[in-house]
Amino acid sequence: MRANLSLLQHLVPGGRRPPVHDFPGGVHPAEHKAVSNQAPIAPGPRPRQLVLPLNMHLGAPARPIVAVGDRVLKGQMLAEPAGAVSAALHAPTSGTVVALGPRPIQHPSGMDALCIVLEPDGEDRWTERRAVADHTRLGPGKLIALLRDAGVAGLGGAGFPTSVKVNLGDHQRVEQLIINAVECEPYITADDRLMRERADEIVLGIQILQYLLNPHDTLIGIEDNKPEAIAALRDACADSDVEVRVVPTKYPSGGEKQLIQLLTGKEVPSGRIPAQCGVVCQNVGTAWAVKRAVHDGEPLLSRITTVTGDAVARPGNYEVWLGTPVTDLLHHAGVDKGRLGRLVMGGPMMGFTLHDPSVPVVKTSNCIIAASAEELPEPPPEQACIRCGACAEVCPANLLPQQLYWYAKTDDFERAQHHNLMDCIECGACAYVCPSHIPLVQYYRYAKGEIRTQTAEQIKADRARERFEARQARLEREQAEKGARRRARLEANRKKQEAAADHAPGAGDEKLAALKKEVGQASSAYKAAVKAAKTAEAQEADNAEELRARADSLKAEADRAKAALRDAKAATPAPTAAPAESSALADLKKAVGEASSAYKAAVKAAKNAEAEQADDADALRARADQLKAEADRLKAELREAKAAQGPAAAPAAPTPPKQDKNTAAEKPATVGDDQAAAKRQKRLKALKTAYNVAHKQYKEAHAAVERAERAGQDSEEALAAMHAKVEKLKAKADHCRDALDALVEQAKAAILAHTGKDLKTLKLDAARAESVLRDKADELERRRDTSDADTLETLNSELDALQEHAQLTRLALKTAVEEQGLVEE
Amino acid sequence: MTTVLIAIAALLGLAALFGAVLGYASEKFKVEGDPIVEQIDALLPQTQCGQCGHPGCRPYAEAIAEGEEHNRCPPGGDTTVEALADLLGREVLPLDNEGAEDASVERVAWIREDECIGCTKCIQACPVDAIVGAAKQMHTVIADECTGCDLCVDPCPVDCIDMIERPVTLATWTWNRPAGIGRRPEQRIEVVNL
Repeated sequence: MRANLSLLQHLVPGGRRPPVHDFPGGVHPAEHKAVSNQAPIAPGPRPRQLVLPLNMHLGAPARPIVAVGDRVLKGQMLAEPAGAVSAALHAPTSGTVVALGPRPIQHPSGMDALCIVLEPDGEDRWTERRAVADHTRLGPGKLIALLRDAGVAGLGGAGFPTSVKVNLGDHQRVEQLIINAVECEPYITADDRLMRERADEIVLGIQILQYLLNPHDTLIGIEDNKPEAIAALRDACADSDVEVRVVPTKYPSGGEKQLIQLLTGKEVPSGRIPAQCGVVCQNVGTAWAVKRAVHDGEPLLSRITTVTGDAVARPGNYEVWLGTPVTDLLHHAGVDKGRLGRLVMGGPMMGFTLHDPSVPVVKTSNCIIAASAEELPEPPPEQACIRCGACAEVCPANLLPQQLYWYAKTDDFERAQHHNLMDCIECGACAYVCPSHIPLVQYYRYAKGEIRTQTAEQIKADRARERFEARQARLEREQAEKGARRRARLEANRKKQEAAADHAPGAGDEKLAALKKEVGQASSAYKAAVKAAKTAEAQEADNAEELRARADSLKAEADRAKAALRDAKAATPAPTAAPAESSALADLKKAVGEASSAYKAAVKAAKNAEAEQADDADALRARADQLKAEADRLKAELREAKAAQGPAAAPAAPTPPKQDKNTAAEKPATVGDDQAAAKRQKRLKALKTAYNVAHKQYKEAHAAVERAERAGQDSEEALAAMHAKVEKLKAKADHCRDALDALVEQAKAAILAHTGKDLKTLKLDAARAESVLRDKADELERRRDTSDADTLETLNSELDALQEHAQLTRLALKTAVEEQGLVEE
Repeated sequence: MTTVLIAIAALLGLAALFGAVLGYASEKFKVEGDPIVEQIDALLPQTQCGQCGHPGCRPYAEAIAEGEEHNRCPPGGDTTVEALADLLGREVLPLDNEGAEDASVERVAWIREDECIGCTKCIQACPVDAIVGAAKQMHTVIADECTGCDLCVDPCPVDCIDMIERPVTLATWTWNRPAGIGRRPEQRIEVVNL
């Protein structure tokens, strides 16, 4: 440390020591930088295809604005930013969009994501470029929009859209703008070479950022292991107010919060962002991209990527088109496949292993390490933590890594959060020094992921609770409104009756009302009968004729009743029904209702008692039986009374017996097939499982083959073998499906044979009957307030008939499906 | 004698004073509702699936507060049972998930739209209003709001609702737990000083 500081004093001309602070912890891994920083930046490969993921940056994926087959020019926008935190995507060269679909991308999960695939035409023809010579004349608003449209995102590693980072509110004062040129991870030299060769452009970019952020100080933080880059920057900054500050080499001084602490002494509080402390940090590569976007009118099309490691013949830095597959880049750098042990994207401390070399280079890919097996060897097995505390000494965020490790290991996420797990920057210093080779960072990543999932679930649960409660409240309100309406209606009816009683207590009105009622009942009985007859006909029941005849006679009855009503209305009403009789009937009905409800209550009580094994269960059961007998007797009386009153007074009577007949007619036909159906049901189930398994295997194999083809690494024979396997699996799945289909067809045919209808008709019948029923119910509800009692009565009985019908169709469907073993699990 | 009387009087005075203060506080800072029900409800997963035998999570929370077993929530799994046992100071019971589907896989309802006849039955069944549609119009599920409770599947007259697994996306993917002591951690990159 002291040696580093004395070195610093040498580097600063004039002996003025810039105030450089320190951050806790840190490690000094072998740098390996000389491998790649000797040669100047070389142009990258010109691949056959460019794969451009829509989420190269942090935030929402961009929204594609091109279609497959479109010809695009270099620099043309392919996808626009979607949402506040997002960045645009441009064509790195001219060519044709050949696909828009999922491809493997730069993600540790190895999952696919939506990508635009571009086939270069080799002409590299530019679209119209709009360069802005003087950015101050554009104004901050337009400048930010320009950066957003140019797709500029942080090139340091996280890929945060720059337009969002520089767009601070007016109230936010920026004290320091820090340009991060530290590049502290081993192996990576992309920024180093960029600064040596393009320092002027970087400083122009910094000036644009200064204009946008208006900071008090602008500091470039750079590690003392890059003397050439320091000299180049010092030269370029000579006549500007940008200050180059050299920091001692220590990993991870390039971490945003660590660098801020180094240069300003400020510690960004937990859970805050630097902007809240008056600091904005930008990567040096981003500054270069900003300059290119503004002064040259070039959107972000390429980046400097370090290709290094023992397995490449020409390690160095390449200016790579975004979307270039890593495979092409490696070939360009002369990869020796035999020596390639581990392929890493990013640095060795924070990067991740690439399992599929076909993934593209994106805005955040600063380094590809093609390491030999000796260089980045297989990690040794994890051993038990010996609580040596070395990890705590090197943690740059002042955390307690070993405590966090224990909590992550035991899934004690709450405790881990109390120990500020979320402040971990995943720098890997703890894992680097761990003598037990514990993959500490992986444990923290696992714990962080689980915590994020839990938080998301909690948010979702809260929203579900809100929605559930809102729905409950709505249902209650509707219920209350309904109740209020009903009460109001009853009140109105009562008043009307009272008024009628006051006005004309004569017998005429009463008789008229009775007549009306009779008409209503007769017509509803007729309708129900017609419906029953129709159903019977459809099912080819024996009694269809009989029912039809009955319906006709009921119609005659109804017509007669209507005529009588007309007559009564026209002249003095003819006496038809004795009011005393109908009131007796009503009494009887009421008695039946009471008796049956008493019986039901008794049964319930008895059941409860039985469930609790109470002593008086038997007594209750006996009482229930008694009540039932009573109710039956009353019902019989009611029936007799109704019969005595005439056929028209028995609404909806014809339906129930018909139902009985139907089920009775169906039963004998199906009993013989029961066994066959059960067998079929079993086979169906087994086949379904077999098909699912086979289909899944086929899909997986197919996907594997596609992946292998894209990677293009396997030999011809291996591919052929894989293809053969896929074919075999497909045949198997097809066979299963055919058998399954045949069986289902068989079952459907059986249904057709039994019921005279196929399954679909049955299903549709059921659904239709339901919806007609609901319509009727709605109508009834609607007219309840407006229509008179008789219409309502009619509607009610129609509703009853429809209900019967719906129940019948549903029953038919259910029996058909169940008997044939087509029941869905 | 007077000292004794003075002491008694002083104590009585203090007792009256504190009684008044406590009486006032119990009126002034009265807690509305039953806070324990809120706490239980907050721990339940809010799928509103009714697998516990109650019409929603809150009714079950109320039932738990009144002494019902706290292990009847299959979607919550063992973690919820543990959390509830912790909150209520009860024993950790084995999860009562007989006949329930594996709750570790998150599911979402999916309507096969070609087959939907627009009967609105699923809309009425959905406890969180996550299905949109109108009579005789096609219905669809708002996947983000669906709790995967299954309640819409049975009422559908044409069986056009499937419960599908929620696929893992880049946004929901998380790192696996490392294999543990004695295994090689696959994802770790070993940096050595050659």
